[in-house]
Amino acid sequence: MARAAELGRLTVAVIWRRAQLVERRPQNATARTLVFSVPGWPGHLPGQHVDVRLTADDGYQAVRSYSLAAPADGDRIELGVQSVPDGEVSPYLADALPVGMDVEVRGPLGNWFVWRPAAGEPVLLVAGGSGIVPLAAMVRAHRASGSDSALSLVYSVRGGDDVWYRDHLDDGHPGLDVRFLYTRKPPPGSIRDPARISAADLADAAAGLRPSSPVYVCGPTGFVETAADLLTGLGRDPATIRTERFG
Amino acid sequence: MADTTAHLDGNCLAGPLSEILSVEPTAAWWRCPQCARSGPLADLHVYGPEPGLTARCPGCAHVALRLVREEGHIWLSMGGSAGAFRFPVA
Repeated sequence: MARAAELGRLTVAVIWRRAQLVERRPQNATARTLVFSVPGWPGHLPGQHVDVRLTADDGYQAVRSYSLAAPADGDRIELGVQSVPDGEVSPYLADALPVGMDVEVRGPLGNWFVWRPAAGEPVLLVAGGSGIVPLAAMVRAHRASGSDSALSLVYSVRGGDDVWYRDHLDDGHPGLDVRFLYTRKPPPGSIRDPARISAADLADAAAGLRPSSPVYVCGPTGFVETAADLLTGLGRDPATIRTERFG
Repeated sequence: MADTTAHLDGNCLAGPLSEILSVEPTAAWWRCPQCARSGPLADLHVYGPEPGLTARCPGCAHVALRLVREEGHIWLSMGGSAGAFRFPVA
């Protein structure tokens, strides 16, 4: 419990730590879950992220931010990495960094885009593409906490093959309501025509919320702007909407 | 931060600012001196690329802060007309 209490502290000393890649799991054609062992990891809250620092042989360094995909689990952390074409860092992390090698991580970072399992409010999560990563950590923390508060997830993806973390989202848990919005290639049997997220999609998912219930939106910048505008258009108080854009 | 050029938001400032602040900054409240919009630092729109980051008001694009990382130093300028961050402290 000392560690859990520590997580609520406001003052943090953030240092670079060695992180050894121990496992790589494909999520779809270009997305990977990377599991690192980070000795001394202080724990984290769902929604937080880390900075990853790579150092080349000539000393050149590159730093990128990645969301933590799983709740705190000792020295193990999971990152969700989407390989971006022509990216400087993500293709290397996604497919080239050998298991057993070290990188450096700094974190946990961010105290705003976090969900605290003690909160009893219904919650709406809205994910666009790889924006699912920090929200998946919230889903898994909600499950682990045994909370009976309602959790709704609206998850916009191009097609069925693009879904990350299907095992965690599709298990039929009664406290979790997942709605997939397919924008291009809906799987056979889908009722909804392929389309970008709409006010109607969000109105349905938000029906069980209270006025004060929190909404978390994460995804590409354009998706986040659209979803946040639709939510305020539906009368949600902007102060209840927390957003994270990843470019 | 990301591998693309679209703007990010203040969440991505958590790492760089952790090097010079002892309090986690993304929940810090800010009020724009130009358009009076207010909200957390996390809501600011952040433009790169690294190593120079400019955080702007999401309502009117007024500059809230600029941060530049160089070897051994971080340069931080707060606002263009005396905008101030308010940090929660215990």
